[in-house]
Amino acid sequence: MSNIERMMSAEEKKALEALIFQLADDDFLFSYRGSEWLGLAPHIEEDVASSSITQDSMGHAAMYYKLLEDLGLGKADDLAHLRPAQERKNSVLTERVNGDGYYMDTPQYDWAYTVVRSYFYTQAKRAKINSLRESSYEPLRDIAVKVSMELYYHVMHWKLWFEQLLSSTEEAKSKMVSALKLVVDDMGDLFSYGEQKELIERFDLIDSEEKIQNNWLEALRPTFEKLKLDLPIIPEPKLNGRNGQHTDELQTAIDTLSEVYRLDTATNW
Amino acid sequence: MVTMRAMTADEKMEYFMERIESGDKIQADDWMPEEYRQTLIKLISMHGISEIMGALPEKEWVPKAPSLYRKLGIMAKVQDEMGHGQLLLRVAEDLMKPYGKTRGDIMQDLFNEDLKFHNVFHMETKTWADAGLIGWLVDGAAIITQTNMLDASYGPYAKALQRICAEEVFHAQHGESIIMALAEGTKEQQAMVQDALNRWWPALLMFFGPPSKATTGASKQEATIKYRIRKNTNEELRQSFLDKYIPRILSLSLTIPDDTLHFDQEKKHWVYQQPDWTEFKNIIKNNGPKSQARLNLRRSSYENNAWVREALSAVVE
Repeated sequence: MSNIERMMSAEEKKALEALIFQLADDDFLFSYRGSEWLGLAPHIEEDVASSSITQDSMGHAAMYYKLLEDLGLGKADDLAHLRPAQERKNSVLTERVNGDGYYMDTPQYDWAYTVVRSYFYTQAKRAKINSLRESSYEPLRDIAVKVSMELYYHVMHWKLWFEQLLSSTEEAKSKMVSALKLVVDDMGDLFSYGEQKELIERFDLIDSEEKIQNNWLEALRPTFEKLKLDLPIIPEPKLNGRNGQHTDELQTAIDTLSEVYRLDTATNW
Repeated sequence: MVTMRAMTADEKMEYFMERIESGDKIQADDWMPEEYRQTLIKLISMHGISEIMGALPEKEWVPKAPSLYRKLGIMAKVQDEMGHGQLLLRVAEDLMKPYGKTRGDIMQDLFNEDLKFHNVFHMETKTWADAGLIGWLVDGAAIITQTNMLDASYGPYAKALQRICAEEVFHAQHGESIIMALAEGTKEQQAMVQDALNRWWPALLMFFGPPSKATTGASKQEATIKYRIRKNTNEELRQSFLDKYIPRILSLSLTIPDDTLHFDQEKKHWVYQQPDWTEFKNIIKNNGPKSQARLNLRRSSYENNAWVREALSAVVE
């Protein structure tokens, strides 16, 4: 008997939905920020490589939104495009802009910030995906298997950038150190499950927040030791995206992402 | 075995022409006449840089693509274009080696406006239908010019084109699928496609370049045909495009914005309103609607990321 057919208590369903929205919205926004770099990466080879990661991440978001659709929450495209900022459950880190300027003009994006954010985010995603492989909910286990194959390369890619830029020119190091501070400041909610923490953990959908965060730190440790850096200390969240608290940068992103879809949400595009 | 050292310049040239006329492929390290090398460098670096500049009009629509499925499709498409740019610039770089030039020089040539990018990528995109139309008709036109060079005498270019053409077929299908959804959709969606076609039609005719040198004062087609890089003239390619796409455009109940357009049964070719070739000359001098904006975007992102390239070359292994 599949999990969808299995009788789920109202509480379990609530926990499950909350978790999947967090996973879906995280990848959706992370992919969007990556896609703004298209055509503008530091060199052409990187443009091709990082846009692969961006595509994979959008593919992962699409799988999660489809899962929510299957749970009866509405069309995947509506869930991705139409929910206002206060209903979104992504972490604040994924919604942050890449730097100054709009992608349609001549933006001054910060590659150091993108490297640090992407490395920390993909490594955190890996800690979650590893745990989801043992989830009590079978469709999540299935997705975790598919995602982990691609994620292996994502983490490797961003880790290499992280190590290289921190072992290079003084300018690069100084930009990376500034980026590290910006990224860590926003990490307060990355490992949070928000208001549904107790339920999500009780139903064994995924490991506890503390365990995931600890696994993330352990995965970073060798790299940080090699670079003689102190491991980051995650602050208390100023805003908790898991509870719908966001910066204005999110609504601007949603407006762009849904600009065409909103013209007519009933038609086929 | 023929040794090049023992030959006079005329003999080398004669042997070279014999090779390409018999269908043999020239490789990067083979002897080649200066005019051939220069023609290839110009053609391939322009092709490569056009792929990269061509990513810019479409990337505008990547985040805005109106469904998760379309977002995935257009991301993959734009990524392919960047990949084509990379592949082609590598071929150009090999040809530039004797001059001690690299990709950095190609970029500088673009920024100095010595190296031009394809006229079609100087145009503005206004709606989602433009993203579909670029995939369908611009890539459709590119398939026609590029398959015309699949048997190019220069081996590395022919090889790169084989892969590029295979991917362009997917792009044209991706574009066609967007356009069909719109053409079969609401009145507003249909109007969106018609408007895009009206705006892009002259640019699509210009895509293949002027019919002859007489039209605009310069054309590279003679040299590229002489050296067996391409087979057909600009006008022949344009006629193939019209043959292939006019029936398809009409079958979607779209109107081609040209009252004079008809097929001349006797001469067996399409008669059409000539696009404004003066405007074409302006566009290729980087005075098109979006020429400077796109160049500035490339320049500013290149400068903005200069520290990254410096950092990578300084990385201690």
